[in-house]
Amino acid sequence: MADAITRRDFLKGTGAALTGAAVPGTAARAAASPPATIGAVPGPLSATFDVNGVRRAVAFEPQATLAEVLRGPLDLTGTKIGCDRGACSACTVWVDRVPVASCMMLAVDVGERKIVTIEGLATGDTLHPVQSAFIAHDAIQCGFCTPGLVMSCAALLATTRDPSRDDVKAAISGHLCRCGTYPHVIAATLDAAKAGG
Amino acid sequence: MAREDPQLRKYPSGIDPAALGEVERNVPAGEAPPLAPNADLAWIGKSVARINGRAKVTGAARFTVDVKLPGMLHARLARSPYPHARLASLDLSMARLHPGVRAALPINETVGRAVETAAEGKPPSTRRVLYVGDIVAGVAAATPEAAQEALRLVRAEYEPLPFVTDLETARVDGAPQVFDGRVRGGGFTDGMAAAAGIAQRGNVRGPNTSGSRGDAIAGLAQADVVVEGEFRTQVQTHCCLETHAVVADWRADGLTVYMSTQYTAGVRSELAHAFGLPLSAVRVVVDAMGGGFGSKSGAGNYVRAAVALSREARAPVRLVLDRREEHLDSGNRPATVQRLRVGARRDGTLTAIALDTYGTAGVTLGAGVGNFAQSIYDCANFAIAQSDVFINAGPASAMRAPGNVQGAYALEQMIDELAEKLSMDPLALRDRIDPSAVRREERRAGAERFGWSRRRAPGFDSGPVKRGIGMAQSYWGANVHTNASCEVRILRDGSVELLSSVQDIGTGIGTVLAQVVAEELGLRPEEIAIRIGDTDFPAGPPSYGSLTTASITPPARNAAHRALRKLFDAVAPALDAAPESLVARAGRIATADNARSVSFREAAAHLRTESIGAVASRSDDYGGFGRKMGDMASAKSALGGVQFAQVAVDVETGIVRVERIVAAQDCGRPMNPRQIESQVHGGVLMGVSYALYEERILDRHTGHVLNADLEHYKIARSRETPEIEMVLLENYQGTSATDAYGIAEPSNIATAPAIANAVYNAIGVRVHRLPMTPSTILAALGRMPAGSALP
Ligand code: FES
Ligand code: FES
Repeated sequence: MADAITRRDFLKGTGAALTGAAVPGTAARAAASPPATIGAVPGPLSATFDVNGVRRAVAFEPQATLAEVLRGPLDLTGTKIGCDRGACSACTVWVDRVPVASCMMLAVDVGERKIVTIEGLATGDTLHPVQSAFIAHDAIQCGFCTPGLVMSCAALLATTRDPSRDDVKAAISGHLCRCGTYPHVIAATLDAAKAGG
Repeated sequence: MAREDPQLRKYPSGIDPAALGEVERNVPAGEAPPLAPNADLAWIGKSVARINGRAKVTGAARFTVDVKLPGMLHARLARSPYPHARLASLDLSMARLHPGVRAALPINETVGRAVETAAEGKPPSTRRVLYVGDIVAGVAAATPEAAQEALRLVRAEYEPLPFVTDLETARVDGAPQVFDGRVRGGGFTDGMAAAAGIAQRGNVRGPNTSGSRGDAIAGLAQADVVVEGEFRTQVQTHCCLETHAVVADWRADGLTVYMSTQYTAGVRSELAHAFGLPLSAVRVVVDAMGGGFGSKSGAGNYVRAAVALSREARAPVRLVLDRREEHLDSGNRPATVQRLRVGARRDGTLTAIALDTYGTAGVTLGAGVGNFAQSIYDCANFAIAQSDVFINAGPASAMRAPGNVQGAYALEQMIDELAEKLSMDPLALRDRIDPSAVRREERRAGAERFGWSRRRAPGFDSGPVKRGIGMAQSYWGANVHTNASCEVRILRDGSVELLSSVQDIGTGIGTVLAQVVAEELGLRPEEIAIRIGDTDFPAGPPSYGSLTTASITPPARNAAHRALRKLFDAVAPALDAAPESLVARAGRIATADNARSVSFREAAAHLRTESIGAVASRSDDYGGFGRKMGDMASAKSALGGVQFAQVAVDVETGIVRVERIVAAQDCGRPMNPRQIESQVHGGVLMGVSYALYEERILDRHTGHVLNADLEHYKIARSRETPEIEMVLLENYQGTSATDAYGIAEPSNIATAPAIANAVYNAIGVRVHRLPMTPSTILAALGRMPAGSALP
C-alpha cells in the first residue's frame, strides 16, 4: 500500500489537518522559496552548484538548507551542524569567499554563487596555512567545531594581512567551541598570518 | 613467556625534576621496566601533534552524525510537552500510515532517572511523564523530512498533573509530588553511585550524613573564629557541540551501533543486557566524537529507542537529537544550595567544617557535593547533611567533576573569608590546612607566575572598574578503571598496531597511545597505527572520571613490551645474541653493546607468523589503590590543582570580565603537555562560563526550558576568553608502567571559586550565587533589589 501513494499525495490527500500542523515549521522557510499554491507541497528542486571548484548537479526539497544539501546529497560531511539555528557557526562555509552559516541559507538561494567547504580548502595534499597551524598549535580537541573555525580564520587571513589578537577574536566570536580551543585557535591563526596565510 | 615472580624495582619519585628521589615498588610479573623521567625520553612527555589532526582540519574525520549506511532510516522522538502528566492514550496508527514511515513505536524507557520502589516489578497501567521532553514514542522513516512529518502524526493525549519545577517550592510539605513512592536509587553523587536507603519525605530525599567524622558541634565551639555562608549554584547543561547521536543497525546476526559515546564497551554491555543479546552479538563503534563532558557515558533512552526502531524496521536507524532536546533531556549539572560553617583556631588550624546542602538533579539523584569538603583539608570534625530534591525537570548526569565543581565553589570562598578574618594570606592559610605536597608546590609556582604578591586590599580601586585577584584549589581523585585492555601487534612487514575499544572524545588519547608504544618499540609515533573506538578490539576504559590516560597507557606500554620480547626471541638467532640482551631504539633492534643491529622492519621479517602480539590489562597501582569498587579505583594520592584569577568588575554595569587565569596543575607523569594544555584551557573556560554566564532557566508556570538553545543559554566564547597560562608539574610516584593520571576534571574545579574570590577582592562584597551576571553583581552591591536577580 505504501508503494502506491507518494509522500506528496499523502500529504495533499490525507492531510488537510496534518499539513495545518506542519505550517508553523515550514512557513518561515517557505517565504524565501518560489511561490507555491497554498496547501500544495512543492516538489523537489534541482540545481547545479559550484562547490569547491566543481560543478555538481543536486536535487533537494525546497526547505533544505545549504548545510543539509552539502552534508546530504553532496556528501560533504566536513561541514557540521551544531545548532541548525545560526548560533554556533559550526556550519561555516564560504559563499563567494565570505564565511556564512550554511544552516541559515536555503539551498535554493545559492544560485551561481561559489561555495567552498572545509574539504575544498587545501590545495591537493598541501594544507591551507591555517589548517597546518591548527595542527601545530593543537587548536583541536573533539574537532566538531574545527571545520567552521578553520573556514572563518582562513577567511580572515584572506582579507586582513596582519590581524591582531582582537581581530581574530572578533572573526570567531560567533563560533562556539565547547571544548575551549580558543586560545590555541587564536595563536594558530596569528601564526598562520605570520607564515603568509 | 615464562611466568615471572613479582619483583622489587626502583622508580623515580617526587615533583622536583632537579632532585627526584626513588621509590621501591613490588611489581607484578610481565610489567615493562621502570620508565625514566620525561626529560630522558624520546616521545613520552613531548608535545607530539595529534594523530588525527589532519582528519579534523580537513573535514575527513568521521563523527557519528556523518555515518551513512545503505538503506538507513531517520528517526525522531515524540516527547512530552507537559512537565507532569498521565499519558492517557498514544495512537501511532496515523504515523504508521505515512508512506515514508517504516517503524513507529511507543518508548517507555526510563534509564537515568531515579527508581521508585513502588514501581518495581509492576509497571503502572498508565504511563506518567515526569518532565517536558520525556520520550513517549519514536518514528523511523526513509528521510528526515518524512520522520519530522510523521512526528506530527503521533497522537498523544495527556492528562496534566500538578507539577513543580522550583527547588524551594518542591521542598515544601504538600508540594506536588514528582514520585508517588519511595526512591530506591539511581543517579550519581560526587561521581559515585548515589546512596541507597535514605529517608524521603515528599520530594526531599535525605539528609544523607554518611562521610561525617568527629564532632563538628564541639569543633565549632572550640574555634577562635567561625565563618558561615550560604551559596547557590545553578543548573549547567553540557552543550556538547555534537548532539547525542546514534546509528543503530539491527541484523539477524547481531547489532552494530555507531554512537557518539564516552564508553563503547559500557554501551555494548548495556545494550546486550537491555535487548537480551550475548555480548558477542553487539558491536559499538565511535570514530571522531564531538564532546561528552559526562553526558555520553551510557546508552540512555534515545539509543534504546533507536535500536528498537531498527529491530522493528529491519534497517539501520539514525537518530540525532536536536539542540533543544539536548538541553531538555541529555543531562545537566544539578543546582545546589550549600550552607557552610567553618571554624578555626587563631593559627588557622581547622576545628570544624559543617556542610548542610540540598539541590536538585531533576527526576534523579545526584545533587550531592560533599566529597570536596570531606576530602581536601585537614580537619578532624566534619559534619555533612545532603539532600536531593526532586522537581519535574530532565535528569542530571555526571558533568565534568560532578559535585566537586559545586562543592569547591562554596568551600573555597569560605576559606578565603576565613583567611581574611584571621588576617592571613589565603595561600599561607592553605599551607597550614592542606596536606597535599603537590598543591603546596602548585601554590608556590602558581603564585610566582601569577604575581600574587601584587594582591591588594578588597575594594581597593576607586574608579567604577575595579580589579581584583583571587585563588582557589581543586580536589579530584586520581581515578583508574581496571577493566582496561589493549593489544599491540607487530606485523611481519615491521608495521605496528594498537587495538582497543577505548575512545578519543577529543582529549587525544590515540596520540598518547602512539607515543607510549613508539617509546617502547624505539619507533616514531606516526609509525604506530592506532585502532580504537570499536568493541571488536579488547575492551578499553571509559572516558570519564579523568581516568582514560591512567587506565589505558600502562597496558599499552606493557603490551608493547611483551610483543617486543617476542620479536627479540624471533630475531635473536640472526643477531647471534641472547634475546634478553637486545634493545629497541631509533628504529633498530640492537645488541646492548650496539655491535650488531638490524632495522625494526628487518627484525620483523624473522617472525614465523604474519603477526605477533600481546594483550595487556590494567594492573592495580603498584603499592595498591586507595579505594576500589568494582572496576573503578582511585590511587592513594589524589590530584591537585590551584588556580589564580584576575578580574575587572564594573560596579556601574555589574559586568565582570575575567582577564587572566593561571592554572597550576598536575596529572602524575604528563604524557603530552600541549594536549594537556588544550584540556586545561577547556576546563578553565567551562569554569569561566559557569561562573559568569551559564544557567538553564525553567519557566515555573509551564515547566519549559526557556533557553534551550545556544543563543539564550550563554556560554563563554572567544571574546570572553581570558589569558590562560598553565604551570604543569611532573609528579612521579612509581604507581604504574606509565605513572600517568588525568587532567580534564581537575582543571575545571578551581576556576569558578578563584573568580568569585577575585570578584570579592575587587569589590569588597562577597557574591553568594552563580552565575555572577550583572544583575547578581548589582544586587550584591545593593544597587538592585535582590529578587530581580532571580529568573
Ligand atoms: S549549525 Fe549553523 S550556526 Fe549552528
Ligand atoms: S573542539 Fe570540541 S567543540 Fe571545539
